[in-house]
Amino acid sequence: MMRRNSILRTTAKILIPPILLFALYVQFHGDYGPGGGFQAGVLFAVALILYGLIYGLEALRAVVPPALVLSLAALGVLIYAGVGVAALLAGGSFLDYGVLAHDRVHGQHLGILLVELGVGMTVCSVMVALFLSFAGRGR
Amino acid sequence: MIDDPGLWIDIAMFACLAATALAMLKGRDLFPVAMLSGIFSLLSAGIFTLLDAVDVAFTEASVGAGITTVLFLGTISLVGNREKPVRRANWPALVTVLLTGAMLIWATLDMPAFGDPAAPIHHHVADHYIAESGREIGMPNIVTSVLASYRGFDTLGETTVIFTAGMAVVVLLGGAPLLAPFRRKRKEAPPPKTAPGGE
Repeated sequence: MMRRNSILRTTAKILIPPILLFALYVQFHGDYGPGGGFQAGVLFAVALILYGLIYGLEALRAVVPPALVLSLAALGVLIYAGVGVAALLAGGSFLDYGVLAHDRVHGQHLGILLVELGVGMTVCSVMVALFLSFAGRGR
Repeated sequence: MIDDPGLWIDIAMFACLAATALAMLKGRDLFPVAMLSGIFSLLSAGIFTLLDAVDVAFTEASVGAGITTVLFLGTISLVGNREKPVRRANWPALVTVLLTGAMLIWATLDMPAFGDPAAPIHHHVADHYIAESGREIGMPNIVTSVLASYRGFDTLGETTVIFTAGMAVVVLLGGAPLLAPFRRKRKEAPPPKTAPGGE
């Protein structure tokens, strides 16, 4: 696409790591500040999409193979629902994180961390998959 | 006239929002319309921030102004950037829209005043969340407590919806390159390097 556009390529190279880092910050700082898995997933996907826009689809596919993207999308939902099932097995009700650890507050923290991770994974993977679907057609 | 400077900011933001929406309606070239929709989302995010709804603003800015604009541009690159010309006004549709809009505005007259702290919605479960979430969940951000724990079912549903919608788009649009790894090998035909157009 933009093989020779050195300004865009350099800018993207500088911008992508901070975007990825900020996405992780939003993911794991959602208990204290605004944001959470959903926003973090979108931000992470934006960094990957920027990479795909500047360096071309083949480069993006080399970084995140389509099989990995689709698998992670499913895995995110599986993690979320799995936390619910784990709570069931631990003797609570579905998605009642309190029973996941020795004291209820600790269990809540663990459960929320895991489900937010699941949300982030699914959202990020779906956004990248959408971009790959759109950009991979008719060019 | 108006003493509160914050109100001026609100009015200015909403005026910009209305102007953006009207510009989107007038536009026939879809590329500027897609850009304007991103601006519209960013203005909405600003308004949400003014209303102290930072989590909502964050989502609106990242999804509405960010990803959606990129996907719109991707769609435009597939279908062309000219809007289909409209031959004549569709009167039944206009009447339906006007009637529905009038009914909705009429219904707002029965609603509690904007920002009324005594409104029922602020006293159904919100009181419990505000008073007890620190003890029950132990998180400074009540929004996260509500979304991930108190309303965990809803968020699981949302995540499933996103997953399902994404997979539907992949199956409809993604075609060979995305699904190739999951197909059974029929012949020794490696997937083409560049994606074929849809038949």
